[in-house]
Amino acid sequence: MKNLFQYLKDYKVETICAPLFKMLEATFELFVPLVMAAMIDYGIAGNNKSYIWKMSGILITLGLIGLVCSITAQYFSAKAASGFAAKVKTALFDKLQNMTFSDMDELGASTMINRMTTDVNQVQTGVNMVLRLFLRSPFIVFGAMIMAFTVDVKAALVFVVVIPVLSVIVLGIIVMTIPLYKNVQRQLDNVLEKTRENLTGIRVIRAFGKEEDEMREFEGKNNALTRFQQFVGKISALMNPVTYIIINIAVCALIYVGAIRVEAGILTQGAVVALYNYMSQILVELIKLANLIITMTKSAASAQRIGTILSMKEKPESKSDLQTKECPEKEAKVVFDHVSFTYRNAGEESLTDIHFTVKEGETVGIIGGTGSGKTSLVHLIPAFYPASQGTVYVDGQDVRTYDVDCLRNKIGIVMQKAVLFQGTLRENMLWGNEEASDEQIKEAIRLAQGADILEKKEEGLNTLVEQGGRNFSGGQRQRLTIARALVRKPEILILDDSASALDYATEAALRKSLKSLPYHPTTFIVSQRTSSIMYADKIIVLDDGKIAGLGTHEELLENCSVYQEIYASQFRREGKEALA
Amino acid sequence: MKRNTIRKVLNYIRKYQHYVILSVVLAAISVALSLYVPILAGRAIDCILGPGNVDFAGITKILLWIVGIVLVTSLCQWMMNICNNKITYQVINDIRKDAFRKIGVLPLKYVDSHPQGEIVSKVISDVDQFADGLLMGFTQLFTGVITIIGTLGFMLSINVKITLVVVVITPLSLLVAKYIAKNTYHMFRVQSETRAEQTAFIDEMLSNLKVVKAYSQEKHNMERFEETNERLRKASLKATFFSSITNPATRFVNNVVYAGVGLTGALAALNGGITVGGLSSFLNYANQYTKPFNEISGVLTELQNAIACADRIFQFLEEEVEIPDLEDALVLKDARGEIRMEHVDFSYMPDRELIKDFHLNVKPGQRIAIVGPTGCGKTTLINLLMRFYDVDEGSISVDQTDIRDITRHSLRKNYGMVLQETWLKAGTIRENIAFGKPNATQEEIEQAAKASYAHSFIKRLPDGYDTYIAEDGGSLSQGQKQLLCIARIMLCLPPILILDEATSSIDTLTEIKIQEAFTKLMKGRTSFVVAHRLSTILEADVILVMKDGKIMEQGNHETLLKKDGFYAKLYHSQFAD
Repeated sequence: MKNLFQYLKDYKVETICAPLFKMLEATFELFVPLVMAAMIDYGIAGNNKSYIWKMSGILITLGLIGLVCSITAQYFSAKAASGFAAKVKTALFDKLQNMTFSDMDELGASTMINRMTTDVNQVQTGVNMVLRLFLRSPFIVFGAMIMAFTVDVKAALVFVVVIPVLSVIVLGIIVMTIPLYKNVQRQLDNVLEKTRENLTGIRVIRAFGKEEDEMREFEGKNNALTRFQQFVGKISALMNPVTYIIINIAVCALIYVGAIRVEAGILTQGAVVALYNYMSQILVELIKLANLIITMTKSAASAQRIGTILSMKEKPESKSDLQTKECPEKEAKVVFDHVSFTYRNAGEESLTDIHFTVKEGETVGIIGGTGSGKTSLVHLIPAFYPASQGTVYVDGQDVRTYDVDCLRNKIGIVMQKAVLFQGTLRENMLWGNEEASDEQIKEAIRLAQGADILEKKEEGLNTLVEQGGRNFSGGQRQRLTIARALVRKPEILILDDSASALDYATEAALRKSLKSLPYHPTTFIVSQRTSSIMYADKIIVLDDGKIAGLGTHEELLENCSVYQEIYASQFRREGKEALA
Repeated sequence: MKRNTIRKVLNYIRKYQHYVILSVVLAAISVALSLYVPILAGRAIDCILGPGNVDFAGITKILLWIVGIVLVTSLCQWMMNICNNKITYQVINDIRKDAFRKIGVLPLKYVDSHPQGEIVSKVISDVDQFADGLLMGFTQLFTGVITIIGTLGFMLSINVKITLVVVVITPLSLLVAKYIAKNTYHMFRVQSETRAEQTAFIDEMLSNLKVVKAYSQEKHNMERFEETNERLRKASLKATFFSSITNPATRFVNNVVYAGVGLTGALAALNGGITVGGLSSFLNYANQYTKPFNEISGVLTELQNAIACADRIFQFLEEEVEIPDLEDALVLKDARGEIRMEHVDFSYMPDRELIKDFHLNVKPGQRIAIVGPTGCGKTTLINLLMRFYDVDEGSISVDQTDIRDITRHSLRKNYGMVLQETWLKAGTIRENIAFGKPNATQEEIEQAAKASYAHSFIKRLPDGYDTYIAEDGGSLSQGQKQLLCIARIMLCLPPILILDEATSSIDTLTEIKIQEAFTKLMKGRTSFVVAHRLSTILEADVILVMKDGKIMEQGNHETLLKKDGFYAKLYHSQFAD
């Protein structure tokens, strides 16, 4: 949390001035009861009209000065808080964008998004409130006490007793209710989960006629929530009545002590009224302070969460301790030299002793069951993850020693999940290559078998893509993401199960057009279907992270049992019958 | 419209009217008593006139009164708060319950055409915000209004002229607050719009950070981010600052009131129109009188917000429900599985015709394969068969009874459905398998699991059949989830089956198992199978060829091939490559 304060550095003046002006305002406020006391003691008792007018004038002047001070303070705190939030957000975004893939996996997208939105907003509110009020309230509470001392030391002792008692009670109730409120939040999450579940599963629930049972389960959760809410409500509802009792008992004590002091001729009647007013001021401020503390605890929790991300250590594999081993095959485009890979925090290796070479322009098929390591393998080529053992070479150079952008510019990768971004179709395609002309983009889309998509859209490349690309079908998105990779004319093209939503005919056409690319990229095709990869120059069969077979379709059919099994399950009956 | 919403809210509250009455009574008592305290304090101060002139006996008596009254006041306050809590949380409990029940009777058309998040946010966030507003309304508005009336009465009883000063100046703070609110509204809108824009950008880029990095777009994104961030900073500064002027401004008005009371009070005291003690209590009242005015603008916005939320909730609660079952609807038991569709017309949108004059005749035990590219509209057929949607024209009948004459519940119980999108509820494996037959014995459950080849992986889970799985299957693989969905059907063994045999994301060996489980299941049952593999298609009695939501052709393999239409084309492109 400490490191968050550094983002206030650029707003030093504001951060200091805001509470300062607030305190000024409070100081003027503290003079009010004294002025009133003077009015009573000298104005009324002395029967002095002009004095009363003068004092009233002073009261209004005090109010005006207070107003100016307070507005100044509000401006400074608003400026500091909004500037601070902007700085924190920039730092966070920068940090998140430069995280390694392993860190990303660990954090998860929804956490990252929550940190950047809800948490930063909460902290902004917190900073704003603290700058405005955190010094003001205690200042008034203690100020009122000190002023009471200036009026009369003995009577002021009442304040010395009451303030700690009040503080303990207010804090005590807050401390007690915070965990209870967390519990309420958990119950609310349960209710939310049940609701969402019933919406996603609406067909299944109706098919089984389970509406009533689900209703009963929901009622249970809903009632539990209500019970907790009422319980917490009961406790936090204690705060006001209890403080009210204590303050009024203090007032009684004050009047009694005051009476004794007046009797002894030490105090005046006006002074007793002033003391009484100070006590009322304390009550008002304490209630404000209690609300502030609740906001602060929430903000502090958010700040802590943000802090954890900002202080996350980057864990890059330092380039210095890489062994500058010579690449075994300098001529080859991509070389895996006895590579093993384990995901962070995973117990088992995801890839074990992967060893193969790929020549420039070759097409490599990668096949295997779910969880066999296909995606992990291709993610090592653009150095998304570092190999745990062994080395991956591209153009004879260890991928870890590349400048990251330089390496990734050589590669066009199409991921399993076809993602397009908000913006025009053109903007999406330019991600592949910022300098591409409309002609080049259209050509890439045509090659990716997406010509018909463009034809259907009247606005052509200016067509707006909605968030998540939801105005395009799954198959259209897949072809467009392939086009995005082709726009950059990559030296290495990686298709990670990128044709799963395409029908067989389209996929076949896509295969043909990729083969005819004039710049002959080295191509990796990951697929579940044998038909997608059987024409590759080389097929890698993965089984549980190990290479179970390596060769052409015909060779593998001869000597690789895993491949035979996959092929058989997909082709045996259907293939033969269809061909018959 | 708004008045309507308020009436509906009152309808929910009516159930708890005795609490409302109690709360109002308690509020009145506590306000009246708490207003009486300053008077007593003023009297006590009046007993302190000067050295040698202090009435100690009088003071003691008054102070004891104060303590007693304060205790009673606090108790009333606390009980009032509890009443308000009770009313609020019970009311929203009832509303949530009704909203959830509503989900159960809404036509699927509504659920399909509204984003899930939107409905969830109505049941959760809107209701929550409504609760906040309601609670605040109860506690602050009640006591606020009573306080204003009470203080006015007390002030009038002390001195009419000074009261007039207070009454005239105080509403100024309302005007000031309103003026500021009006002028800052626009700034808040700009702020929330800019914030929404930034959130959308953050959401998009962070969710797909891997793609961003694969295309080295970090710098480009940072530039775009900083641009909106700077705009947001400025908008936020403006909105926060200008809205935060409200407090100092109203406080200033209060100070003016205070000075005004001081002035007129002191002048009146000179003429003996008021005592010093009376002036002191008067100042106290003036403070209490202005407080609700300062808070009222906040309470009003909160209430407005609450009403807006309530409005959304009630709109949802009043959505049209499914046409109820006929009163004399039949209960279908153990259907033989004869299904007829006659002259069926159907479309989701009136202007986009989907199915026109469709006929289908299925004899008990027949197997129907549905063939076509992804997104061909197989869900439409399922929607009609299970009566998730009603046909526009024509009829669908099971065992020669129109399905509209059968209770939905019993019709659906005769179908067993395994969809490509597996859905499991948060709960144990056992609960999930026994979903359709909650009283099944362990033996039956295990048998079903064995028949669907799920038993062996369940055995390997940490708690076996009692393993708790989180929402949507948690850490189970797609294949395992599908096996559980099949086991769920195996336990009930309904006479008609709808199977989506999509296995695109499942490895080959699991796929074979699922296939075998399906074959076992289909024996002797009428079944509709969304087919992806040739063997299933060839074994089918009738093949339905669908494309773009429409049924293109129907017949068996030979006749369709001979027809040389869409099926023949599809067949050649997929299997004869």
